[in-house]
Amino acid sequence: MTAAAPAPTPTPTPSPTSSLLASDAYRRLPRWSTWAFASGSLVVAFLVLLVAGGGLPGVAGVVALGAALFVLSSGVTSRVVEGPRRAADRLATTLVTGAFLLALIPLVSLLLLVVTRGAGAFSWTFLTTDMLGIFGDMSEGGIQHAIVGTLLITAAAAAISVPVGLLTAIYLVEYGRGPLARGITFLVDVMTGIPSIVAGLFAFALFTLLLGPAFRAGIMGAVALALLMTPVVIRSVEEMLRLVPNELREAAYALGVPKWLTIIKVVLRTAVAGIVTGVMLSVARVIGETAPLLLTVGMVTRVNWDLFDGRMATLPVFAYRQYESGGAGIDRAWAAALTLILIVMILNLVARLISRWFAPRGAR
Amino acid sequence: MSKRIDVADLDVYYGDFLAVEGVTMAIEPRQATALIGPSGCGKSTFLRTLNRMHEVIPGARVTGKALMDGQDLYGADVDPVTVRRQIGMVFQRPNPFPTMSIADNVLAGVRLNNRRMPKDAQQDLIEQSLRGANLWNEVKDRLALPGSSLSGGQQQRLCIARAIAVKPQVLLMDEPCSALDPISTLAIEDLIAELKSDYTIVIVTHNMQQAARVSDRTAFFNIAGTGKPGRLIEMDDTATMFSSPREQATEDYISGRFG
Repeated sequence: MTAAAPAPTPTPTPSPTSSLLASDAYRRLPRWSTWAFASGSLVVAFLVLLVAGGGLPGVAGVVALGAALFVLSSGVTSRVVEGPRRAADRLATTLVTGAFLLALIPLVSLLLLVVTRGAGAFSWTFLTTDMLGIFGDMSEGGIQHAIVGTLLITAAAAAISVPVGLLTAIYLVEYGRGPLARGITFLVDVMTGIPSIVAGLFAFALFTLLLGPAFRAGIMGAVALALLMTPVVIRSVEEMLRLVPNELREAAYALGVPKWLTIIKVVLRTAVAGIVTGVMLSVARVIGETAPLLLTVGMVTRVNWDLFDGRMATLPVFAYRQYESGGAGIDRAWAAALTLILIVMILNLVARLISRWFAPRGAR
Repeated sequence: MSKRIDVADLDVYYGDFLAVEGVTMAIEPRQATALIGPSGCGKSTFLRTLNRMHEVIPGARVTGKALMDGQDLYGADVDPVTVRRQIGMVFQRPNPFPTMSIADNVLAGVRLNNRRMPKDAQQDLIEQSLRGANLWNEVKDRLALPGSSLSGGQQQRLCIARAIAVKPQVLLMDEPCSALDPISTLAIEDLIAELKSDYTIVIVTHNMQQAARVSDRTAFFNIAGTGKPGRLIEMDDTATMFSSPREQATEDYISGRFG
């Protein structure tokens, strides 16, 4: 044997009495214990309900009883083994996670529902044809006209409300003092609460007054939506502008930069990522509005590219009308809803890309 | 490239509150003037009146005279923006623009004012300003990185480079080293010693050793009590101020008996 025997390592002699940090009373449950408790509670709940109810128990009941058992069993064990502080921590973690899962349920189930019900009628043809010549029980037809209408009207609404909202927010943050600014803030708050049907009626009345009762055009809907969108834009942009540190404004002033250039090139430039997000949220807020559009732009069966002449189809109104008509219309309504959700999702992704592109780089 | 500033009977108000009262002083060109005094005595407020940064705060106003080479800084036909181009400022906390690279931060005075400048002139200005701020050797290979990627002391020197890139006559510094470690502080103090051959420098500091090290003249501000206005107690050559001040209050403050 040539291998050298390992040198005897000196074993450190722990002094059992004088240790300042280590303590025998400190015990932790292993990491997997949470999962063990959770699965154990679910199994027990399943068995209890199986025996008590006779027959296979429902998922909701198992989960509810299992959650209660989990809180009880892990809480008691933790208190005995780990002490009251850890037990309280576990309880709080359980409650927070539980609330999160609870909030997730409606969201996920809604998405699942729309995807499963909408997938039936959803296809490329569905996206690229309109409803011209479709009637009765015919299952053909599509939503091209409604997609075009929704995008045009929402874009027009954004084109109206983003400049107005942006400038108002700049006024409130950079210039506004005294009663005028307070008044504007108050009115913006009031505007946030306007029911959408009131906005629709306002646009309807406005255009009737200006252009007569027979006038119908996409721009009417855009005005109604802009009315709903503007306060949201003002509020979110205002928040973002207030987040820009005053030191940056002062730094620009100290370089001899006039106020208006400071606002454009420093304040807006620094806040642009947040502004884009805020604008996207406000678009998402109005893109699904039905009532004001039903009232103002109505519905047609073919693509109308002209915002200033004639009725226009929009996705929410289309979904509403198709659902009302029943039969194949119900499938179309779900597919239109799915399309609307996809559009909002795509817009959100685009906004994220834009704000990532503009976000201040480096250490933050 | 440097001018003198004469201040006479200057009162500074925030709304109705008189913050600084009756300051009369002469700030000599090509010298560093230090403003010292306890917190809240109006040193920074007074400093900010010298380039009209004071009036950025709503309700703030000034009475009295402040002349730069005989021209009234507060004249009716004087644009505060023009004043600030002549009298640059460095702040307490380094504040490089977070959306801009190191090079763009130096060029900020040009870029933000939409002034056009040929590419090579820009490169010259960047190098010259960064050399002036003793930062060139540390950042010359990473000019395109964001300004916020630098350390605190480097960021502050970047802010100084940004301030001298607009070629001011006077440079105001509001506690430029209070957020920095001793080594960065030393770098900035060395820089001040170099800069004062070209610029008139006014520096507010809480650090009396710093005032003694970097300044030629020192002004001591004091405040009688809360809610009372700050006043200029005395001003003299730094050596005189730190060896034999005329006022008892100055001696007490400098020797650390209060404040």
